[in-house]
Amino acid sequence: MSTYITKRLIYTLVILLAASLLIFCLYALTPGDFISGNIKLSPERRAELRAIYGLDQPILERYFTWMNHALQGDFGDSLAQQQPVLKLFKDYVWNSFLLAIVSTFLTWLIAVVIGVVAAYKQYSWFDTLVMIGIFAAMSIPSFFIGLFLIKILAVDLKWLPPGGMMTTGSNATGLAYFKEVIHHMALPVIVMTLLGVGSLTRYFRSNMIDVIKQDYIRTARAKGMSERKVLFTHALRNALLPAITLVGFELPALFGGSLIIEKIFNWPGIGQLYMQSFSLRDYPLLMGFTMFMAILTVIGTLLSDLLYHVADPRVKLQ
Amino acid sequence: MTTVLSIEHLSTHFSTEEGTVKAVDDISFQVRRGETVCIVGESGCGKSITAMSIMGLIEGPSGRIIEGIIDFDERDLLKLSKHEIRNLRGNDMAMIFQEPMSSLNPVLTIGEQIVEPLIIHQKLSKKVAHQRAIELITEVGIARAEHIVKSYPHELSGGMLQRIMIAIAISCQPKLLIADEPTTALDVTIQAQILDLLRKFKDESGMSILLITHDLGVVAEMADYVIVMYSGKVVEEGEVEALFNHPKHPYTQGLLKSKPVIHERQDELYSIPGQVPSPLELTPSCYFHDRCEHCMSICKAEEPALKDIVPQQKVACWLYEEAVVHV
Amino acid sequence: MSSMSRELSTQNNSPRIPVRSSIWKQSFRQLVRNKLAMSGLAVVIVMFIACFVGPLFSPYSSNRIHMNIMNHAPNARHWLGTDALGRDVLTRVLQAGRISLTVGLASMMLSVFIGALLGAIAGYYRGIIDQIIMRIADLLLTIPSLPLLFIFGALLSEWKVPTDYRMYIVMIMLAIIGWPGLARMVRGQMLSLREREFMQAATVLGLSNHRKLFYHLLPNIVPLLIVIATLNIGGAILSESVLSFFGLGVMPPTATWGNMIDAANNMLDFQNRPWLWIPPGLSIFVTVIAINVFGDGLRDVLDPKKKR
Repeated sequence: MSTYITKRLIYTLVILLAASLLIFCLYALTPGDFISGNIKLSPERRAELRAIYGLDQPILERYFTWMNHALQGDFGDSLAQQQPVLKLFKDYVWNSFLLAIVSTFLTWLIAVVIGVVAAYKQYSWFDTLVMIGIFAAMSIPSFFIGLFLIKILAVDLKWLPPGGMMTTGSNATGLAYFKEVIHHMALPVIVMTLLGVGSLTRYFRSNMIDVIKQDYIRTARAKGMSERKVLFTHALRNALLPAITLVGFELPALFGGSLIIEKIFNWPGIGQLYMQSFSLRDYPLLMGFTMFMAILTVIGTLLSDLLYHVADPRVKLQ
Repeated sequence: MTTVLSIEHLSTHFSTEEGTVKAVDDISFQVRRGETVCIVGESGCGKSITAMSIMGLIEGPSGRIIEGIIDFDERDLLKLSKHEIRNLRGNDMAMIFQEPMSSLNPVLTIGEQIVEPLIIHQKLSKKVAHQRAIELITEVGIARAEHIVKSYPHELSGGMLQRIMIAIAISCQPKLLIADEPTTALDVTIQAQILDLLRKFKDESGMSILLITHDLGVVAEMADYVIVMYSGKVVEEGEVEALFNHPKHPYTQGLLKSKPVIHERQDELYSIPGQVPSPLELTPSCYFHDRCEHCMSICKAEEPALKDIVPQQKVACWLYEEAVVHV
Repeated sequence: MSSMSRELSTQNNSPRIPVRSSIWKQSFRQLVRNKLAMSGLAVVIVMFIACFVGPLFSPYSSNRIHMNIMNHAPNARHWLGTDALGRDVLTRVLQAGRISLTVGLASMMLSVFIGALLGAIAGYYRGIIDQIIMRIADLLLTIPSLPLLFIFGALLSEWKVPTDYRMYIVMIMLAIIGWPGLARMVRGQMLSLREREFMQAATVLGLSNHRKLFYHLLPNIVPLLIVIATLNIGGAILSESVLSFFGLGVMPPTATWGNMIDAANNMLDFQNRPWLWIPPGLSIFVTVIAINVFGDGLRDVLDPKKKR
């Protein structure tokens, strides 16, 4: 077990190192930067700034400098905001997390319940309806459904605010603050849930259908157990088991924010921060973000793997 | 002897894309107390579907019991509510299956799976049920029961798992145990042990066994009474001695002839010519007619009824109908 | 007892329902019976015909500017209204569909080709080749795809790639993002297939590697590939639309469904002229849902493990 984990960890680190090099080179290749994008600067001032930020050095040298700092927990300062990248992440990440955790929870809840019921009533009209809903949810362009719902629910009907986390100029505190945030997050949460629920429901439905056909379900019925017990103690456990691997894969989405949704709904999360910085070519922040996502991805994968081994009694680590 | 199970005119059909399959087609038989009845036949002859029909495990919407009476312990199972039949399942009638490896839930421990019927039917507390589970494991001949109770199915061999299945089945002292090919998936030496175990429990408790098999060796070993099925029909039934010594139906004769007998080696083993007809293409006839060496014109046109020929033996074959003129 | 037990030998090995035709024909027949899948296919075909043939019958040339009919709401002459330059929106939606559908289809084919080839090679030859291919795939899968696509898009803009060529480069970008997942799956299939009995039989027969790979292994994963490929078209269309919406994919004046929705970034158009951005959005939705429904029907027929 421990040798397995050690091996996995080493491999993970190697992949991350390679990813960091790739990310760095990609951003370094991207022509134009924050300084040359600012037309107010004189050529002399530009050269000066370049030297300050080390942009006149060769790529590899810049990579090692960056990496060296990164290993010490310093991803540099954002050029546009003149603040450490990590501090900015800290300021924004919880807003992203709030949105993500609520919608992830809703997505899983809805997917499990609907998936189980649809599988149990396979081929019924309910199941057909669910299937159509699943396909619809899987086929929606995320930015379009965001815009569409803003147009209908916020602009036309004025039920919900079109974006942001707080009403502009509001300085509500306490309970009023909470209510305002909930009011603002309703629309993005609806959209994110809608986007995620299709494939997950389908996943649970098909898992459950496979499980229901198994011999041990027949055995459980032959023992005289009630259908509810058969379904929820015998079948659901087996259907949920492979889903444990998905928990790890949710990790990047939980902390990394959603670029598209946060941009559309003007939500002050880490994804929107990225989108803003992208148009400004604020490289330290962009690299920091991409690296952050890569780290979350590999940790998530590792986590999935370990969780699966812990959860399934059949799988033994070698 | 009193009758535990009496089946009358049972028909179970499955609707498929190609048409209706009459998996079980108007069959009747009885199982008496303390008796072992074997249903024999090739795969697809409807023997397993018969078992599932009795247990109320036919799954809709494609499968449906069309008509008939399943009289168990003086109650017609087909008239009971789902709740009532659930109270019988695993309690008064229990079942074990062909594949012990896949018949136990892989994510639950052996103990968790044994205690379930004890808690549901016998209303035992968790603690008492757990103790009883350990006793049951010991009774089915597995050592270190305290350890086994905590293990998962994948940690046990097929033979052990089938013993566990038997432990679950007998846990509530059922009146009837249905065993659907209980030894088919096991090694030959293990097969004998499992059969011995079943016989031991039958003798101890006086329960009846409905044993479904295609293995004539198992039949010879276990049966008091034999029912031969072919294409969803009972073609012959009788006491095991009579049936083995004097098979009447050409199909039964073929089955027995195709069984190798030691010391009587033949150059070529007998096999019944032809194949089982497609269940979708059946017309009123004796379904065995195109494989039968005694086929007559009436066999192709009309279905023979199951009739007493000699005491304790019934056969459905035109050869034994006196009214028919042999052509 | 053991000497007595023997299975009933009644020459019952052949299936009872005679095989009437090849597996492909049978699958096709099964597919035709699936009403949902067939309606999906019908929608896809109608969409293709409308986009590729439709504009030829439109009386409005898409790129001509008409100052006198700017921003008209949908009416009898312009069913979906006109945009800020007086162009007929319906004609533009159909022409945008050409690009979106082409990009979706082409990038799918490219990524399936790369993914299947590399995955098959990795799974078949194993060893060092496998290591190299799969490590690259792992690396690409580690970096989130949207930032990766954004960087590529930004590169395109900075390199001043002519707009006419951008769509081809967008295809390549999407293929680069798409192949690793596919390769991983094909490799997994190959690894399990090569352990099967029929491959051992092929080895016993002394067949060459090349023959084993192309005649015995690849045909076995073709059904799965067809299913994945179909479902991937939808994904590629969605990705393209996101990129183009953010101005990093195909750029105006070449219209795609994605960059037409860009109109919604203008407050006035967003609030008052929904006919500019809702039709392309609905087109994406309808096309992708139809492809997904059809792909799922295909999966039911071709992938025995995933039977509903």
